[in-house]
Amino acid sequence: MRIACPYCGERDAHEFTVRGEARAGTLESDPGREFARVYERANPAGPTREFWYHGAGCRSWLVVERDTRSHAILSVAYAKASQ
Amino acid sequence: MSLGINRLAKGGLIDRTKRIGFSFDGRQLAGYEGDTLASALVANHVKLVGRSFKYHRPRGLLGAGAEEPNGLVALGAGARTEANTKATLVELFEGLEATSQNRFPSLRLDLQAMNGLLSPFFAAGFYYKTFMWPRGFWERLYEPAIRRAAGLGRASTAPDPDRYEKANAFCDVLVIGGGPAGLIAAHDLGRGGARVILAEQDFVLGGRLLAERLTVGDAPGAAWAREVERELAAMPNVTILRRTAVFAAYDQGGFAAVESAAPDAGEGVARQTLWRIAARASILATGAVERPIVFGGNDRPGVMLASAVRSYVNRFGATPGWSVAILASSDDGWSTAADLGAAGVPVVAVIDRREEVGEAVKALAPRGTRLILGGEVVGSQMRRLALSAIDVLAKDGTRTRINADCLAMAGGWTPAAGLATHLGGKMHWSEKVGAPVATEAAPGMFIAGAAAGAFALRAALAGGAGAAREAATLLGLKAVAPEVPVASDEFGAAVPIRLPARKSRGPAFVDFQNDVTAKDIKLAVQEGFASPEHLKRYTTLGMATDQGRTSGVNGLALLAEATGHAMADLAPTTARPPDSPVAIGALAGPRRGRAFRSIRRISSHCWAEENGAVFGEAGLWLRPRWYARPGEADWLTTVTREVNAVRGAVGVCDVSTLGKIDVQGPDAGAFLDRVYVNTFSTLPAGKARYGVMLREDGIVFDDGVTARLGEDRYLVSTTTANAVRVMQHLEYCHQVLWPGLDVQMTSVTEAWGQYAIAGPRSREVAGALFGGGLDVSDAAFPALTAREVDLDGLGARLFRVSFSGELAYEVAVPANFGWQLFERILRAGEPFGIAPYGTEALGVLRIERGHVAGNEINGQTTAGDLGLGRMMSAKKDFVGKTLAQRPGLVAADRPVLVGVRPVEAQERISGGAHFLDMGARPSLENDLGHVTSVAFSPSLGAWIGLGLLRRGRERTGETVRAYDPVRGRDTAVKVVSPIFIPERGG
Repeated sequence: MRIACPYCGERDAHEFTVRGEARAGTLESDPGREFARVYERANPAGPTREFWYHGAGCRSWLVVERDTRSHAILSVAYAKASQ
Repeated sequence: MSLGINRLAKGGLIDRTKRIGFSFDGRQLAGYEGDTLASALVANHVKLVGRSFKYHRPRGLLGAGAEEPNGLVALGAGARTEANTKATLVELFEGLEATSQNRFPSLRLDLQAMNGLLSPFFAAGFYYKTFMWPRGFWERLYEPAIRRAAGLGRASTAPDPDRYEKANAFCDVLVIGGGPAGLIAAHDLGRGGARVILAEQDFVLGGRLLAERLTVGDAPGAAWAREVERELAAMPNVTILRRTAVFAAYDQGGFAAVESAAPDAGEGVARQTLWRIAARASILATGAVERPIVFGGNDRPGVMLASAVRSYVNRFGATPGWSVAILASSDDGWSTAADLGAAGVPVVAVIDRREEVGEAVKALAPRGTRLILGGEVVGSQMRRLALSAIDVLAKDGTRTRINADCLAMAGGWTPAAGLATHLGGKMHWSEKVGAPVATEAAPGMFIAGAAAGAFALRAALAGGAGAAREAATLLGLKAVAPEVPVASDEFGAAVPIRLPARKSRGPAFVDFQNDVTAKDIKLAVQEGFASPEHLKRYTTLGMATDQGRTSGVNGLALLAEATGHAMADLAPTTARPPDSPVAIGALAGPRRGRAFRSIRRISSHCWAEENGAVFGEAGLWLRPRWYARPGEADWLTTVTREVNAVRGAVGVCDVSTLGKIDVQGPDAGAFLDRVYVNTFSTLPAGKARYGVMLREDGIVFDDGVTARLGEDRYLVSTTTANAVRVMQHLEYCHQVLWPGLDVQMTSVTEAWGQYAIAGPRSREVAGALFGGGLDVSDAAFPALTAREVDLDGLGARLFRVSFSGELAYEVAVPANFGWQLFERILRAGEPFGIAPYGTEALGVLRIERGHVAGNEINGQTTAGDLGLGRMMSAKKDFVGKTLAQRPGLVAADRPVLVGVRPVEAQERISGGAHFLDMGARPSLENDLGHVTSVAFSPSLGAWIGLGLLRRGRERTGETVRAYDPVRGRDTAVKVVSPIFIPERGG
């Protein structure tokens, strides 16, 4: 699998680390909302947005839109820009 | 003079001027350049090549290529032994040693062949039914015995002496298979300028063109293939990979292939190379495999696929027999008769199951050949472990025995398109092709030629050209007007699958490699395993290393008959990677032994090596665990000496492996306040502070000392193990959680060599190091000072931080100078008896001081558990704060950090021992926590430990059990403060 990093270009997936569903927002002080932010993840059969870290490259956190059924990568953007 | 009594006087693509000596089961034989091991065995009249898997029946070669189920041999000897190699794919080379397998004591006399006599008991599901009772016998008796008897070749237990490599390649189009369809596709795309990789498993390009007397244009097929290859080789945009099997298709056009070196490649060349190929499009031109015909006794040595007979005769100039019978079920089989006739090999009979055959087809058989239309072969005879005669049942019911030393079976063709289904594509039965075909390939994959069911040469060439055009269009490449040459248009019609005749005698094999018979399939259906997937698992049909290439479709046909289904209703089982066997060595590549992963060495590594260091792994780092001196009896003596040096005088430790992250920017302080539980924005420049980070879920993540080097500049230090993860976490916090903060960070772990000088004499050593140029007194350089300093013109850093409770300094210089600094520290410390100390002494020192490390920060503990709860600032928000307040994480009965000492002073405690109340039965309900770290404390002269004990703080002074059934220890321990030794200078 390869991911087109907006900074480095298309690179092998081995250079990246996946974190999980890309949720917007930041720390919550409300326990219920923070719990939802940290733990509750959608698990769709289809397109999903995930955080990926280009650790062996430019160290950017990216939002990668991926179809879980085919592993097709639909879009890649800086996480910074998506917040 | 020809070599081998079965070698024909002329013909074939072998070089009769180049003799190659080899051995089979110790017999010295010879073949020619261009031979495979299989063809050389055929030429030398070696009929018996192996014993079958289950019944140990004598077996000969069935095929001539990747489909071969019987001819599995071991190559080489000793550590280089390579078991289960298909003789049909081995290129002959001088000195090749091949050995037959699965026989004892010899191939001709095999004791386990009695399994064959017992075959009624070894039918499908035998193991499941027989070895169930009594239950306890399975592990002790049945399984070991079955394991000894099962399996084919034996792997060597010695390390593999060969070298393996990995390689990556990118291309526009990967063409898999160098037969007619693949060649024309690669040629068309290559001429159009596409970057093409053409991968062929064989050592010669051409595929079936090498084995058939077909023509392309005016040229014989093999000559046309050579010419196309010559042109391809001249194109800089085309790479030809011979001896390369593409064995898996992955997402986004990823493919894995394994390339074997030519046998004469010589020393130093990797034996196999694992290719990872990224292709924008691919053309699957992997050809087709001929099917055997299922009848009683169809596994006798000498019964062969008709296509294999043609391969041996036409490509290798070797005949598998001198009185050959042909069993056909379509026109296609008759071409074998014509080829044998042309080569001067007597054809004794052609038996066709059809009653009507066209005159033109009949004319293919040499004059005088006995033609039996509407006939069946219903049995075979064997003499001296090879076929001697076949029993033929004519349509009028008469039974005839015909002497024959070879029977060529033409049961129709099955596309070899397994790779098309690796990404979830399905195969569906095609009436037109008479076999399953892949109806949807992977994205960007085009199937061409016989792999798509276009079996006739003209159609295969047209298919290859068509696939090239489609691939070019998909990629927006220049389309080249394909030139499809006029070619032979031989028989390509679908061949109906025939089931064994009712009067057939003896076991009728479907899967030769796993010894599955027609009867096994009937039995499986009777017992309810009636779907293709169930059938496969119950009978092991198609589960051998040939992945059912010759057996899958015949098995489905028998299943269809037994269940009354149409072929179209039965979905073939899914093919999965690897499509062909791959050596583990190739998958590992160069990454084995010490090269399994990268190594990081500290700057004092060489000195440590020469001075008795025993190394341990910390992540990728090699760190000295201790430095043994001559005469020291054991590691405990050494570690105790090192600890005593730090407590009594001075020691030095290479701490360069700790993670170092340089954080800069106007918001650096604010940023650190949000990632640490405690506050860093208030830390004055020139000072350092211990900090703790939590994960988002509120559990402790990492700890370390962070220094403020300037107004907008911090140096975060992390534990060795977490250096990479903390960096990733900080980047996440910055880029995802708070992109608005003006802060930048980079890892500088490897940029600095850093050394801890610890002990009561450390101030004198630090003073000597700086030669009086720096005041290191307590007044000028108090505890937790962190400063950039000058060391003989070199920008250095000096910290006053302590992990041991003793007076201590840490000096850092750019890593290139680390080694010199380490030497200077040793020299400066010599008058004070400085001792280098390793990670074990470091561990003892920190346990004596009650400092937590990885054993306590274990991914389950909160700051409160570790006695660090008061560090958590109530005045600010930070990562993990909210979820750390969850009821479960603040419960009063959580295991918390305590110290423990044995009640009997000389007793030992085990790390990992569980805490129990005195007298409590060891059980999960009574478990109170466990011992996390233990050490022998030289200062206390006793074993001490840290642990996590339920309600531990309330239990100080009480006695509990430290129960360790693994090492057989059960120690009464007293619960004490985790700080065993007071701070003496910091």
